[in-house]
Amino acid sequence: MELMQELTLSLAEAKYKGHTFNCLPINGEQPVLRVEVSELDALPLFVTVTNTQIICIAYLFKKDEIKLEKEVELNRYLLDLNIPMPLSSFALVSDYYVVFGALARHSKKEVFHHELVTLASNAMDALEAIEPFLK
Amino acid sequence: MNVLQKLITMIRGSARELGEAVVDSQALRITEQEIIDAKSQLEDAKGSLAQVVAKRMAEERNVNELNKQKIEYETHALSAVEQNNEALALEVAAKVGDLEVQLGQKTSVVNQYTDQANRLKNQIETAEKNIAEYQRELDMVSTTASVQKATAQVTSEINSQQSALSSARESLERIKEKQQQHDDLQEAKKEVDASLKKADLDTQLKEAGIKVDSHSAGSVLERIKQQAKDAE
Repeated sequence: MELMQELTLSLAEAKYKGHTFNCLPINGEQPVLRVEVSELDALPLFVTVTNTQIICIAYLFKKDEIKLEKEVELNRYLLDLNIPMPLSSFALVSDYYVVFGALARHSKKEVFHHELVTLASNAMDALEAIEPFLK
Repeated sequence: MNVLQKLITMIRGSARELGEAVVDSQALRITEQEIIDAKSQLEDAKGSLAQVVAKRMAEERNVNELNKQKIEYETHALSAVEQNNEALALEVAAKVGDLEVQLGQKTSVVNQYTDQANRLKNQIETAEKNIAEYQRELDMVSTTASVQKATAQVTSEINSQQSALSSARESLERIKEKQQQHDDLQEAKKEVDASLKKADLDTQLKEAGIKVDSHSAGSVLERIKQQAKDAE
């Protein structure tokens, strides 16, 4: 079975630390799954698989949503927060600031579920933390 | 240029237009070709190694056989000497000498094969390292491509309302709303708990006769009688 299908199926039945997962596949060339974690669903997560990794992403904000004069300070701020934030890291994808976590393709399903719950919490915390930098 | 430096050019180049063809497909193809070449070199080297090792084993068997013969004829030579058959002994010794020459030749062939095998093993190791390195670089490139494609799909307007991304302000609004809901729920739970506790306490007081229920039939009748009395 394709890894993406496996992951989707595992989420449909999973309950991790009291959270359940709501999935929606996104059509396109690249397999992408939109995931909402119950009680942490203010920001949707997006899962995609590559040759070597499972990548889980939360899109936080677009570059043009932040105060221009605060960009350098924000970047520094995010680098400072990178290590304290469990399992996830900040990154730029195209014009989006994101938090993401990457797993090996052969990771256990529980590890994947743990990753998603952690990422959802991190994403919400991160967004609140950067609010002063928004226009 | 290091692969990460090359990637940065690609990433920044494609960031300009979201959803545009993402990665320099030329760079991707070259790396894939490098892996294919390295893998075919590796297969060749492995095939040659197997052949060389097989040849060496055959020569080693010959060397062992010659050694055995040499020892055997040396024993025969000694026996001939013991029988004072000098002529036979010389003839046997000549045979031993012959075997020694053959042994020398075969041993040097074995050594040549051993050297050749070692060289091939080194080649194989190098090829394997190269493949791992090319693979790592290719993974970086294809991961970049995958994530950029995924992002283009997620953010594209073609997607349904549900999958389109909201602005940071909207997301924050939602987070705060959810937190408010959560807080309200906690507050409501507390209130329910408190009132249940209070109700429980009231029951206990009534049962103990300390607190009187002013709306019980007894109390009301008592009050009416008192009112009538007061009115007189």
